[in-house]
Amino acid sequence: MHKIRVVIAKPGLDGHDRGAKVIARALRDAGMEVIYTGLRQTPEQVVAAALQEDADVIGLSILSGAHTKICPRVMELVRQHGLDDVLVVVGGIIPDVDVPGLEAIGIKGIFRPGSAMKDIVDFIERNVRARDAV
Amino acid sequence: MQPTRGLPSAAERPSEQENRARPAAARPSQFTTISGRPIGRLYTPEDTTGLDYVRDLNDPGGFPYTRGIHPTGYRGRLWTMRQFAGFGTPEDTNARYKELLGNGGTGLSVAFDLPTLMGRDPDHPLCLGEVGKCGVSIASLADMETLFEGISLSDITTSMTINSPASMIFAMYLVVAERQGADWRKISGTIQNDILKEFIAQKEYIYPPRPSMRLITDVFSYCAREVPRWNTISVSGYHIREAGATALQELAFTLRDGIEYVQYGLDAGLDVDEFVPRISFFFNAHSDFFEEIAKYRAARRIWARVMRERFHAKDERTLKLRFHSQTAGVSLTAQQPYNNVVRTALQALSAVLGGTQSLHTNSLDEALALPTSEAVTIALRTQQVIAHESGVANVVDPLGGSYFVEALTSDMEREALDIFRTIDGMGGMVAAIEQGYPQKEVAESAYLLQQAIERREKVIVGVNDFVAEAEERVPTLYIDEAAADRQLTKLEKVRRERDDDRVQRALDDLRAVGAGVGNTMEPILAAVRAYATVGEMCDALRDVWGEYEEVPVV
Repeated sequence: MHKIRVVIAKPGLDGHDRGAKVIARALRDAGMEVIYTGLRQTPEQVVAAALQEDADVIGLSILSGAHTKICPRVMELVRQHGLDDVLVVVGGIIPDVDVPGLEAIGIKGIFRPGSAMKDIVDFIERNVRARDAV
Repeated sequence: MQPTRGLPSAAERPSEQENRARPAAARPSQFTTISGRPIGRLYTPEDTTGLDYVRDLNDPGGFPYTRGIHPTGYRGRLWTMRQFAGFGTPEDTNARYKELLGNGGTGLSVAFDLPTLMGRDPDHPLCLGEVGKCGVSIASLADMETLFEGISLSDITTSMTINSPASMIFAMYLVVAERQGADWRKISGTIQNDILKEFIAQKEYIYPPRPSMRLITDVFSYCAREVPRWNTISVSGYHIREAGATALQELAFTLRDGIEYVQYGLDAGLDVDEFVPRISFFFNAHSDFFEEIAKYRAARRIWARVMRERFHAKDERTLKLRFHSQTAGVSLTAQQPYNNVVRTALQALSAVLGGTQSLHTNSLDEALALPTSEAVTIALRTQQVIAHESGVANVVDPLGGSYFVEALTSDMEREALDIFRTIDGMGGMVAAIEQGYPQKEVAESAYLLQQAIERREKVIVGVNDFVAEAEERVPTLYIDEAAADRQLTKLEKVRRERDDDRVQRALDDLRAVGAGVGNTMEPILAAVRAYATVGEMCDALRDVWGEYEEVPVV
């Protein structure tokens, strides 16, 4: 089995990176290859990083409410670049009313406050392995 | 304090194992604070030997102010109940302020949106989806005029959480006050203006550390001359703690930041007793009750001693550490959100018992969204119950003399001084930040705590224990894109109606002062009066100072 490659990104203007960093370490400790983009990445930069790094997963950390604009843009770019098999997950403060919209555009995992690192690791492993098995 | 004679020593008392009524499995094998600090079973006079009442504690109002800075505590005046608020347009937020003041709030506290905090106008491409989301959008003086419409700046004090563009926003406030007929020499309030904790924790920086420090010392000297009652900086541990620091790291990094600002002020030619009295602090009120109280008490003692011994301050006001506090946003849970009212009440109580000068209590729904007006009211009522019903405000420092609290206070003081020595050894806090030291320490603590939570060594009610089968739903505030649309329209109008030549001249002046010498506040005030935007003013300085980019550490 290949090592799962994950791009962890903080798009938008927000600098609260505690969650992104904790998750990056948890995924690394679980044996994944983690590329952390650093702060204030545009959707274009995030998708370019995923392309360049041959990522299996893009993890977006958004706490500011900007997910309503950022996630659709990321998914649009993901499709444009033919990265449809990349698993895109988002973590942060996501109101209930926004969940169906995010799922509809192809965000596979939405992790809100209180999510356990273990659950996120399991979710990524399960989904990437399921994809690879196809 | 001397040990009292005749009491059994700790060794003679029954051990923990002998006393244990419940099976061992039900309780942890080691008892620690949420910061991982080991805590003893019992504290006795032996834990406070070496503590001298007058030297180390003293009565409230007496050096080193461990027990408080006012002899009368909250009898003379209660703490300021200052609720941080801001969302959407200046009109939306103005309405919320009038409501808060109408409900008995005694000060305003402005939350700005991310574009404002990052010095970008709402139409900048990086502001996609951010306008008005996390706070109020302020692009120019026109927005500031709307924000305080119908609120007399002579009669209230305002705290503004703004850092990189603090000078620009402060200048807008001053111009609004001037147009209301308020006297700059009498108005009061606070700008956060603390860039060091941005590099350490919250990451809302624009310029590299050294020019950023110049903006701050320019505010120090401008205010000493023109706005003498303004609190020019709120040195903030809050965000450092929220980013994952332990209580000790919060204490040590924040006070060491304070020392750095004092040193830079002195290096800029200011006198210690002239500007330091206007420096205030901002701490987190987290969940471990006694550790927090000890933290505030230690902070006062350390600051007083450092100001006297290291900087030879003479004015009592320089020695007295004043602080705002806010309950811990990071402790709020999305699960069973009503439990957050209880968490917040306990945290607020620790801040009050620690002698806070002002307090913000978080709302129960803040792990889900910006708070609703109903949730904010409960948060304010929580403070009012503590102030008026619990009786804790009747007596100053009621926990003073507690063996446990005094031992914890002394331990935290000693350990903070050790961290000061490490940072001094690196060449000061700016140098330590450039080396990534505090950033790494905070990230490490955040990860250790998360691991402890997942191993259930730390119980978070409703999250990793006592989990509910079905989650309760609470109503939440939803901020749509309408605010952004309105702000964009307004920005266009401001740009259309102003005198562009005057704006350009003001921005050129700002660039020139930025690249050369002189106080940046003067050209910023001129640019504000010409209705230059936050983005334009910040860009003028980006042109000469460049932007800071951190090396991401994971």
